[in-house]
Amino acid sequence: MVYSKVNKPIIRVDAYEKVIGKAKFAADLYFPNMLYGKVLRSKYPYARIVKIDIEKALTCPGVEAVITADDIPNNEFGVIVQNQQVLARQQVLYIGDGIAVVAAETKEAAAKALGLIKVEYEELPGIFDPEEAAKKGAPLVHSELENNQVVHHRLRKGDTERGFAQAEVILEREYTTQFVEHAYIEPESLVAVPYEHNTLVTIYGSIQNPFSCRNAVASVLKVPLNKVRIIQNHMGGSFGGKDEVMSSMAARAALLALKTNRPVKMVNTRDESILESYKRHPYKMKYKVGATKEGKLAAMEIKCLADSGAYACQTPFVTWRSVVQATGPYELPNVKTDTYGYYTNNVYTGAMRGYGSPQIIFAQESLMDELAEELKMTPMELRLKNIYHNNSITASGQKLDNHQVSLEEVINKAVEASNYKDKYREYSKPQSGDKKRGIGMAISFRGCSLGAEATDAAGAIVAIQRDGSILISCGLAENGEGLKTVFTQIAAEELGVDIRRINYMEVDTSVSPESGATVASRSTILGGNAVKNAAHQLKETLAEIVAAEFKIKTNNLDFKNENIYEKNKNQKIISFDEAITLANQQGIFLSVYGWYKAPDISWDEENGQGRPYFTYVYGCQIAEVEVDTATGQIEVLKMTAAHDVGRAINPACLKGQIYGGVMMGLGYGIMEEVETANGYIKNTNFDEYLIPTVKDMPEIIPVIVENPDPHGPYGAKSIGEPTLELGAPAIANAVAQATGKRIRHLPLNLERVLLGHSLSKGGTKK
Amino acid sequence: MSKVTVTFIVNGKEVTLKVGPKERLIDTLREQLKLTGTKEGCGIGECGACTVILDGKAVSSCLILTGQIGGSEVLTIEGLEVDGKLDSLQKAFIDCHAIQCGFCTPGMLMSAKALLIHNPHPNREEIKTALEGNLCRCTGYEQIIEAIESVAK
Ligand code: FES
Ligand code: FES
Repeated sequence: MVYSKVNKPIIRVDAYEKVIGKAKFAADLYFPNMLYGKVLRSKYPYARIVKIDIEKALTCPGVEAVITADDIPNNEFGVIVQNQQVLARQQVLYIGDGIAVVAAETKEAAAKALGLIKVEYEELPGIFDPEEAAKKGAPLVHSELENNQVVHHRLRKGDTERGFAQAEVILEREYTTQFVEHAYIEPESLVAVPYEHNTLVTIYGSIQNPFSCRNAVASVLKVPLNKVRIIQNHMGGSFGGKDEVMSSMAARAALLALKTNRPVKMVNTRDESILESYKRHPYKMKYKVGATKEGKLAAMEIKCLADSGAYACQTPFVTWRSVVQATGPYELPNVKTDTYGYYTNNVYTGAMRGYGSPQIIFAQESLMDELAEELKMTPMELRLKNIYHNNSITASGQKLDNHQVSLEEVINKAVEASNYKDKYREYSKPQSGDKKRGIGMAISFRGCSLGAEATDAAGAIVAIQRDGSILISCGLAENGEGLKTVFTQIAAEELGVDIRRINYMEVDTSVSPESGATVASRSTILGGNAVKNAAHQLKETLAEIVAAEFKIKTNNLDFKNENIYEKNKNQKIISFDEAITLANQQGIFLSVYGWYKAPDISWDEENGQGRPYFTYVYGCQIAEVEVDTATGQIEVLKMTAAHDVGRAINPACLKGQIYGGVMMGLGYGIMEEVETANGYIKNTNFDEYLIPTVKDMPEIIPVIVENPDPHGPYGAKSIGEPTLELGAPAIANAVAQATGKRIRHLPLNLERVLLGHSLSKGGTKK
Repeated sequence: MSKVTVTFIVNGKEVTLKVGPKERLIDTLREQLKLTGTKEGCGIGECGACTVILDGKAVSSCLILTGQIGGSEVLTIEGLEVDGKLDSLQKAFIDCHAIQCGFCTPGMLMSAKALLIHNPHPNREEIKTALEGNLCRCTGYEQIIEAIESVAK
């Protein structure tokens, strides 16, 4: 199939405004009469609030309002469990909890007022380790609950006891991962405007999921959804991070705006952002695997503990993805997996690119290499013996029979592009000098979209205007990945028109069809299908008009190059513009809703069996490293990333996803950690929380594999998250080959490489 | 605290402003002059989102006090496009897909511009050195480097 608009590296539709500095991010908005909001945050990770005295702050010049939990109609919100406090009422549960918010004429006045609020605390002994939190009789983080468990997911397949009895080699290992910060370069920001256009409050902001933000604000204010309007601005990155933390900021700003009847702007500093925003879950993982001497996997038993921090946030769904994918893409007759989330008084954890997969993939791909070593096989051999193929049955009992299971293909392509086999052989030989090299691989399967987490559907409006220009509006939000461009390409392809005809609107919750969240790498497959469906309906309408006018059969019409052709004669009949004029003259409505609902899935909570996802993507990344064994310094020399995406709608945007995801995976693997001690966070800015710079960038070889999926628009599936989940284990495996030492904890920093453990570190009291 | 009057040139135009003694250049640009293309990502000179060109050199505008730059010349992202014509770097960023969320983009472009002013034909290593102080969380930097290389040839 030859396409004219999709499968092409068309330039981004939002590029121009971004290079001239005119793209408006939320902090760039100024409204007349606008106030500035600031948050007073907790002094302790866990404490009872005895008294809050706001009198002095209220009389501070320039201060217009001070709000505490007592002023909030409904103080608790949450997408899954409604237990996140907008402002702490009786207790602060983590160091980032807000206690009061102030609105003032200037930022300076607001900051000054914060200093004048007196809070009397009674510090409480907190709980900071999920293993401690799991113990019977452990102190409760949420006193109204019976215990600290947020969630427990189970998966049972076959009989692991029998499986292990038959195994000839058994390995038991423990792996851990760390807190990680999203580190979007734009800190959280928004403006709340009261009584604008017949809504109670309109919020313009850097909001990843405008609809969940609207739900939260409306429920906090106790008003109907149609009274709250969220308009998304350009977002300076999100990576799963601008969800609950933005809902909380939006609710606070809305309360201040309504109280003062003036627009209120809130912008976090970087320190505030790192202190308050949720992180990637740290996991403690116990893996037990049994195999035959020939390397056939017989059984696997897995137990994962996730630190949910103070709130439930996304923990129930994050750990669900983990339970589904915990074994990795390997055929196993016997599996027993348990994933748990526990409350602690640490910073809370939520969605971050990967969403419960990077942790388990680090464990399971490290484990495969350890097992290969035990069996005296190469890592590649062991994997090829056990990977999924067409018609394989997953740990959840799902038969992979509705799409191309391309693991072997992605492995082979990555191996070839990286020259893995030769390098593996070379680096297996003794190496002289301090600098040692290694090469490592990691593979994954990943369920596309939400799976059995929630109903999965998306809508889009495609509206042709009188002059033939086109507007698209969808409930899915551009996060910077290129969604607007991809959706524009799909509409243009379907209607056979030029990209420049189309304008993709920002998400406006009062106008755009609610489409769930821009998460789970679901936009292209879900939203893309909705846009395609809408454009297709319009095409059919136009085809009928043209067919009637020219007495041609509708199925003999072809829309391309801005014209409509008679297919069998390949002859132009009418231009697209003329067809629009014709429709206008006949009074035909050229605006339609497209809708796409994902295919049915199923899940049995009791045994973790069913069809958790309707389709999967497959990836393989290979890392080549050089380790200075004298200093512990790891240099990643090259990363090869092969991903089956179904179909690349825009190969240039797709490469951008691969480069960016690989970099983030590298940061996860060897650099990044939010250092906490007793609930305090030590590194709250980029001088101490280090993310990869251009100098840390290895050579990256993207390998795009295309096996069109019957469910995707033009066969397209997902790419955002798979790119990030494989880097850390691939690097860990390469480091193990180079040094002969296996590190089972992320990140693989200098001390761990050199000493085998991390030096004590962590936050201090403020 | 009393304000001081300072005169300097922004994007070719002379401006005279009253600024507080602690006012940072980034705030003057964004709040007084409404040149919001310059972004703030960290406030401590680590992310480069606030990069502008001051007298020919790339600087972090979050670390500069406006009161101290009287007589200087500042170039911001808004001044790169001249008479509706994009700078070749801006064009290259578009063509090479060097942009994702776009928040780091103004700072990246200003660092790249400062580099090319002094070294019109930098090699890949020199480009990396010039961008070392500019963090990007989205792109993995590759397409940004390619964009600059395409202009530097
Ligand atoms: S805001 Fe100036 S360097 Fe980050
Ligand atoms: S494009 Fe998003 S930070 Fe660079």
